[in-house]
Amino acid sequence: MSAEFYGVSLRSPLMMGTAQYPSPEILREAVQAALPGLVTVSLRRESAGEQAGQSFWSLIRDLNVSVLPNTAGCYTVKEAVTTAHMAREVFNTEWIKLEVIGEPDTLQPDVFGLVEAARILSEDGFKVFPYTTEDLIVAEKLMAAGCEVLMPWGAPIGSGKGLNNVFGLRALRAHFPGVPLVVDAGIGVPSHALRAMELGYDAVMINTAIAGAGDPVTMARAFSLAVEAGVLAREADPMEERDMAVPSTPVIGKAMLS
Amino acid sequence: MQGKPRILVRGAGVAGMVTAVTLAERGGLVTVYDQSGRVGAGASWMAGGMLAPWCEGESAPPEVTAQSVASVDWWATHVPDVTRAGSLVLAPPRDVGELARFARRTSHCEMIDGKKIAALEPDLAGRFHKGLFFEQEGHVDPRKALPALLSSLLQQGGTMVHASEKAPDSADFDWVVDCTGLQGRTELSELRGVRGEMLLLRCPDVTLHRPVRMLHPRIPVYIVPRADHIFMVGATMIESENAGAMTVRSVTELLNAAWTLHPAFAEAEIVEMGTGVRPSFPDNVPQVVQEGHKVFVNGMYRHGFLLSPAKAGEAADLIFGNAGG
Repeated sequence: MSAEFYGVSLRSPLMMGTAQYPSPEILREAVQAALPGLVTVSLRRESAGEQAGQSFWSLIRDLNVSVLPNTAGCYTVKEAVTTAHMAREVFNTEWIKLEVIGEPDTLQPDVFGLVEAARILSEDGFKVFPYTTEDLIVAEKLMAAGCEVLMPWGAPIGSGKGLNNVFGLRALRAHFPGVPLVVDAGIGVPSHALRAMELGYDAVMINTAIAGAGDPVTMARAFSLAVEAGVLAREADPMEERDMAVPSTPVIGKAMLS
Repeated sequence: MQGKPRILVRGAGVAGMVTAVTLAERGGLVTVYDQSGRVGAGASWMAGGMLAPWCEGESAPPEVTAQSVASVDWWATHVPDVTRAGSLVLAPPRDVGELARFARRTSHCEMIDGKKIAALEPDLAGRFHKGLFFEQEGHVDPRKALPALLSSLLQQGGTMVHASEKAPDSADFDWVVDCTGLQGRTELSELRGVRGEMLLLRCPDVTLHRPVRMLHPRIPVYIVPRADHIFMVGATMIESENAGAMTVRSVTELLNAAWTLHPAFAEAEIVEMGTGVRPSFPDNVPQVVQEGHKVFVNGMYRHGFLLSPAKAGEAADLIFGNAGG
């Protein structure tokens, strides 16, 4: 059963960012190759005024896939809230991926600002997808602020380090059994995405790992296969790990050759 | 053979000027018209002027590299002051892994050590221990090259319409070549603008002989040396058509890169902050399109100096035939 994100089920648990592609054409081909559940798009404030980013945004709309605008690059609550309002106007959606960045080297979320911005936006009717850490208490406060989806990081944005704290991600999954959870940021290769799906996450969000690959279109396809494998593996009820070998071929009755 | 074809080139950026000179060389009677009345009124004036076919191959499709390999020679034979000293790609210590990726995705470069870096750029001695050297690349100062192309055009009997004169009528010409960049979008609907911002710094304490690219996963920046200790630092790539003043964020990012390259840049004067909007097609590759007696040369993206010679050649082939007219 696929999770519902604010009442909407996505056609795929793969979410793709749209930044850093070599060209919009390659982005389009990558999206066609992977058929993601949604794409995120960031709004730069300097593009807002007279709709200067219109050309790129209309390319995104033409991809025919749900758009989740984000507040990438915002360092304050005010900036993030302003950007969210702009995004609502430009993309005609109440969905917003909320990023409030705390520090430029790790691009780690400022969880205090995040909770505050999430509360302001939720009260204003936004459906907030918060980019957070795997911290349980922060997650609880985000839920209390009105979020119905959580997007914990795997590792710092663009680092490609994969799932840095598997224990923490597993604990978060166990703590919020009914909440759609998305691993956002840090995924480098398809096996990381597959691992997140196996841990029971409902989706993964990938940008740099695809856009920064030598062949983004082929990598997009690789990620789409990986998340599909993860979904299938979970549905198939995986075996339990054990410490001792269990022979897969029965030995009783076998001829002993000596 | 009939007389020389009369050709109107609209737009006096790098695409227009290279096309005008190419057509004049092929036997056209060329008139250049730019709304502003001058050369380089648009994005070309803000360009880095790097002639770097192989470095650009890191993110551009292979055809961009293939079509631009000959452009270093083209510029060297058409304008003075083309520097052929290669280009250098460096990374701050913590991003050194990016060099391997850059090398994997490009060709015609060698991995060099700190000693070789110091030999090439003595001012960087001891600062970097690993880099890539693209020996066959070059660079040119757009603000010298474009006026030089205009002189060359005038010498060959071409003309440029003065700002005070009235706009020429297409009906008076055998061919019109449209190189108007983003203004051409009324007829080329797929064109979009990609904002770029750059700085000019004056820094007497630093000498560089070739463009240096600083790799960083977030903000790849290049620094191109020009005469009189002027350095061009560029350039952002933002999906926006806003040509308004540079933002503090962009200034900070570019200056940080300059400072990382050499701390003496901290004392540099900021001579100029510039913004340009690059005309681009969805695949970021330029197009030469013929419609009757009109030819469009557009969508140079960030490759105006690199690709204009090849694209001008294509336009000339359409007008004069492949044999060269």
